[in-house]
Amino acid sequence: MNKDDKILKEFTSKEYEHGWSVDLDVDQAPNGLNEYIVKFISKKKKEPQWLLDWRLNAFNVFKKMKEPNWANLNIPKIDFQGISYYSAPKQKSKLNSLDDVDPELLKTFERLGISLQEQKRLSGVAIDAVIDSVSIGTTFKDKLRKLGIIFSSFSEAVIEHPELVKKYLGTIVPSNDNYFAALNSAVFSDGSFCYIPKGVRCPMELSTYFRINAENTGQFERTLIVADDNSYVSYLEGCTAPMRDENQLHAAVVEIFAGKDAEVKYSTIQNWYPGNKEGVGGIFNFVTKRGICFGDNSKISWTQVETGSAITWKYPSCILKGNYSKGEFYSVAVTNNYQQADTGTKMIHIGKNTKSKIISKGISAGFSQNSYRGQVKVMKRASKSRNFSQCDSLLLGNKCGAHTFPYIDVENKSSMVEHEATTSKIGEDQIFYCLQRGIDEENAVALIVNGYAKEVLNQLPMEFSVEAQKLLSLTLEGSVG
Amino acid sequence: MLEIKNLHVSVDHNPILKGLNLKVNKGEIHAIMGPNGSGKSTLASVIAGREEYKIDKGSILFFNKELSELSADERAKKGIFLAFQYPVEIPGVSTTNFIKTAVNQIRQSKGKKPLDAVSFLKIMKEKMKLVEIKQTLLSRSINEGFSGGEKKKNEIFQMAMLEPELAILDETDSGLDIDALKIVANGVNKLKSKNNATILVTHYQRLLDYIIPDFVHVLIDGKIVKSGDKNLALELEEKGYDWIKVNN
Repeated sequence: MNKDDKILKEFTSKEYEHGWSVDLDVDQAPNGLNEYIVKFISKKKKEPQWLLDWRLNAFNVFKKMKEPNWANLNIPKIDFQGISYYSAPKQKSKLNSLDDVDPELLKTFERLGISLQEQKRLSGVAIDAVIDSVSIGTTFKDKLRKLGIIFSSFSEAVIEHPELVKKYLGTIVPSNDNYFAALNSAVFSDGSFCYIPKGVRCPMELSTYFRINAENTGQFERTLIVADDNSYVSYLEGCTAPMRDENQLHAAVVEIFAGKDAEVKYSTIQNWYPGNKEGVGGIFNFVTKRGICFGDNSKISWTQVETGSAITWKYPSCILKGNYSKGEFYSVAVTNNYQQADTGTKMIHIGKNTKSKIISKGISAGFSQNSYRGQVKVMKRASKSRNFSQCDSLLLGNKCGAHTFPYIDVENKSSMVEHEATTSKIGEDQIFYCLQRGIDEENAVALIVNGYAKEVLNQLPMEFSVEAQKLLSLTLEGSVG
Repeated sequence: MLEIKNLHVSVDHNPILKGLNLKVNKGEIHAIMGPNGSGKSTLASVIAGREEYKIDKGSILFFNKELSELSADERAKKGIFLAFQYPVEIPGVSTTNFIKTAVNQIRQSKGKKPLDAVSFLKIMKEKMKLVEIKQTLLSRSINEGFSGGEKKKNEIFQMAMLEPELAILDETDSGLDIDALKIVANGVNKLKSKNNATILVTHYQRLLDYIIPDFVHVLIDGKIVKSGDKNLALELEEKGYDWIKVNN
């Protein structure tokens, strides 16, 4: 076995850290997807009629659609009837405070390193925790409310702020946008809702933590973030799941609206269970994330660190409608063993003088396939717009693949689009250089990979940046090419 | 300190070193000279523990311990340092971060606590002076976009930070202008003590004007064919390697 293989083997033999599950008493829908299930979910959530109608409409759209097959992914046939579309940990009654939450649930989140006990949160991060299909609790709610900020579970927002939800839901990602968005629109269970009023700068990071726990359940969360004129918010999302031999489905939709002069920063650390070393199990992650820079001079920035999932299909996008608006996409996607990722972004320039920036860093190891797919579209009236894209791929070993699919479409002459792409391998020279200085193999790879991804990791809020660095090292532990 | 006995080394089944013997004691500076392809860099790499180099026969003892049993990082932790002929670029990793990781891993292996940021910076500032290297350079990605001179200075800076027992300088003089050569040589001289040793691998006599060796060895076709003092280097410069080949 040569050195590369040895190092790779060490990397790939690392076990998934969050692969445990807890026995929670759950309230679960029978397997299967039909109109009855859609109604069942809506009823469980005590939703108003308009939302049920919206869901049913989406379900009808979904039935007529076909699974997309354009991505560079080998997706096994998904049995949509073999999945339960609703699973909720049983709770005795309506929760008044976190103290009423099942201690077993709180323990689950403690184990993930997320404490829902507000007093323990020194970091000043407000958290909404979602397990299987429902939101468990949101912290710092009162403090935020004083500023007029609404941060709650989606279901709660539907009841308490129906006018806001109704105004924005499905306006950025319509139900008929794509197959998985349609599915989500029909059966979404919970997620986070966040509204920042005019002129308010959200004083803390808002964070949602998603966990799939129950077996054979899909998780379909819906997140809606509305930043009104001249407001600012930084939002974080984390995801984990237990190890299961069966694949589990995750199809989320995230919609972001940014008003005039508003700024939204959305960061994700995605660490769904990737499947085992032979490629058995793992989460199928089909996510539609899109933001609209609606007002002039608004900004939306996506940062993602993707290390988990058996299959990732995800393209956080920006529609740059307002003049002088800005869209950014920073991504590190790591695939190992038999993972497949097809991820990237879309930047749609509609307003004048709009700017977008794409920095994508793919890291492939084992037998994995890692694709970047990005679209930059500059419309006719988006004069003097600019885009800069940089897509780098790093290969560890010689059995994995990295692919880049850029689509560029510019309809006016005053705009400028730049695209740079590189593919490299971690060299034995780099490793030897580290070793010779007394740095062991594991640390050498961590150092090199983190150096490579630095530009993206720097975009994350400080403490998450540290977490992301650890996660990268852990996912690849020692990798080289 | 270092004792190499009847060392045979091959790369991809091509024999490179064919029975090399060398003994280096504390406080000594040895120069290894020889024509291209004689095995100089192979010798440097094999001591440092590069895995492509296969030891077919013989042994390398470092403080009476067989080196071939140790991995490259373990050797570094024992005090072996190689200044690379072609220092490697690692994008996104600053020299400061790189050398801090190295210093602390070596400390850890000796049961010492890692240095805190303040103490580390203090030591770094001190060592920077040795090779006249600027802090701005150390905050940049290691060796990325460095000039030839900056790369070599950076190697000697790292050597100063790690304080090795045995430093092997592989063609450190190549690609240096005379000013940079003086700075590098000056750094090496200042780091010299009665407790450490240096092996200079070089093509040219030029470096030896600034770092005076105690011993000069001529390596031809995988063997040391002649050893002497610094005058041997001067003689070589004058007569060329053919002179030795003819005489052997």
